[in-house]
Amino acid sequence: MFTEANKKRAVEIVAQYPKAHSAILPLAHLAQDQDGWLSLDAMDEIADYCDTTAADVQGVCSFYTMYKRRPCGNFVVSVCTNVTCLVVGGPEVLEHLEHKYANDNDVFVEEVECLAACGNAPSMQVNYEYHEHLTPESAEQVVEDYKAGRLVARGVSGGAVHA
Amino acid sequence: MSEAVETPARKEVRETLIVSRRVREFPDDAHTFERATSDGAYEIWKEVLRRADVQWIHDEVKASGLRGRGGANFPTAIKWESLPDNGLPRHLVINGDEGEPSTFKDRLLIEGDPHALIEGVCIEAYRIGSHRAFIYLRGEFALGADRIEQAVHDARAAGYVGSNILGSGFDVEIVVHRGAGAYICGEESALIESLEGKRGMPRIKPPLPIHVGLYSEPTVVNNVETVCTIPHILKMGGAQYANLGVNRSTGTRLAAISGHVNNPGVYELEFGMTLRDIIFGIAGGIRGDKQLKFFLPGGASFQWLIASDEHLDQVYDIDDISAKLGTTLGSGAIMVYDEDTDPLLVAWRLAKFYAHESCGKCTPCREGSGWLEKVLYRMSHGQGRPNDMDALLDISAGISPDVMKAPFTQTTICPLGPSPVSAIASLQKYFRAEVEAACAAGVPA
Repeated sequence: MFTEANKKRAVEIVAQYPKAHSAILPLAHLAQDQDGWLSLDAMDEIADYCDTTAADVQGVCSFYTMYKRRPCGNFVVSVCTNVTCLVVGGPEVLEHLEHKYANDNDVFVEEVECLAACGNAPSMQVNYEYHEHLTPESAEQVVEDYKAGRLVARGVSGGAVHA
Repeated sequence: MSEAVETPARKEVRETLIVSRRVREFPDDAHTFERATSDGAYEIWKEVLRRADVQWIHDEVKASGLRGRGGANFPTAIKWESLPDNGLPRHLVINGDEGEPSTFKDRLLIEGDPHALIEGVCIEAYRIGSHRAFIYLRGEFALGADRIEQAVHDARAAGYVGSNILGSGFDVEIVVHRGAGAYICGEESALIESLEGKRGMPRIKPPLPIHVGLYSEPTVVNNVETVCTIPHILKMGGAQYANLGVNRSTGTRLAAISGHVNNPGVYELEFGMTLRDIIFGIAGGIRGDKQLKFFLPGGASFQWLIASDEHLDQVYDIDDISAKLGTTLGSGAIMVYDEDTDPLLVAWRLAKFYAHESCGKCTPCREGSGWLEKVLYRMSHGQGRPNDMDALLDISAGISPDVMKAPFTQTTICPLGPSPVSAIASLQKYFRAEVEAACAAGVPA
């Protein structure tokens, strides 16, 4: 369920659009930033704001890879292995992090497509914050810095976290 | 575009900073309202409101020859002329869903110079008579969304955005809308679907979005770089802008150069340099004393080129490269690979990308991209079979019937389907022998 502050925010978001249905994506980001994932309950609630059915919202959200429909910890680590990162060490960064955090419930490591950070490849994002010019070791250090609070994370959907 | 074009004179090897000047000059704070306005942001917007002359905007942009920088190269002023006069509200949608592999030029403007984008949006909204503009950013651009939202907030506080702007009676609201990780939403009709809160699947065309777009109303969809260029055209004059570049490729464009070059990055280039000048002059040549093997001159979706004089002496000109070499400048990405790179590995990773990003609406793309990925995986991982190259061509023919032809033919609603076929055609054209040698041994026991 949205917090009181986020209920207010949700109403503001819906009001930005001529049709409430357009607010499905931003409200799903809002819910995911709040809860750390996109639950069935959250999608039910979004349907009410957007004047549609829960099935419709689930159908829409399941199309988009950024929406995590099961809990994934506090940190989503997205490592690019597309054609520029591919030839300068991206797959090695991914393999290292997947191995290192295989049993860490707080860190969700995923392989993603091009992040538009090819000038400083290999690149990754932690909760959609860019980190570039990586090696396997420096990438691990970045994740550790987030875990220790030395780097401040966004919400799991890349927005502000509204408690 | 297969019309005959004159071979243009070669341009000097240097950058020409217009649309990226502010962010390059003030990389640390060009995104702030204070820096941007002290550097001249919104001056042209004020001039537009003072003149109150829509035709002036139109004439200057038409004279500039500006063509869309998202990859389709469609003349911006002609798009405006196609707007129907049917009394329906008109929408302006900015495509900031930059997801084409190795394309990262719009991100520079989105994060680095959001006030330039907002000024361009205001001017274009004024030209087409739109009162609500949507800036669609790919979901991963979290910082970019923060920067643009802050910029919209500051511009509204200063009276440049909102109702009755600077007493002119003109209103425009700007909504920043984040996607959620779907490359296909960069296709304009899929982007509109996504903006309506639906799965991002392309629409059958016609009707074009310009006639029946967002909420079934007339909609102009423009790339970020295109919109950011409009204020500069009004400032310098359309004719002056058209003096830059060559033939029908006027002005400058942002090129995102990546891969095995010494100096990867985003460069603003006047059209007319050779590809050799761009790779070896601008981007500093191949790193580690290696030789160039092949490169993709226009992003991931179009045919590749190799290190031959014919290809390297090709001029950076939208129509000339298409007429002579059967590829395009696409989204402005240039990916460069050295002598040690396995072209099969690059082709496989591209096919994997398209298989993952296929929206699933059209069968040839949904099934074909997956089969290309499977065959290319075994070919690039030491398990290729002797007739695999022919298998690739056969699968490709099911997606894009005339496989080797460029621009590609398509059996699908949108161009995502035939995009991986460009890589197959490139393998066939330039690396057939190398591929056959790699697959000659058959499956290891």
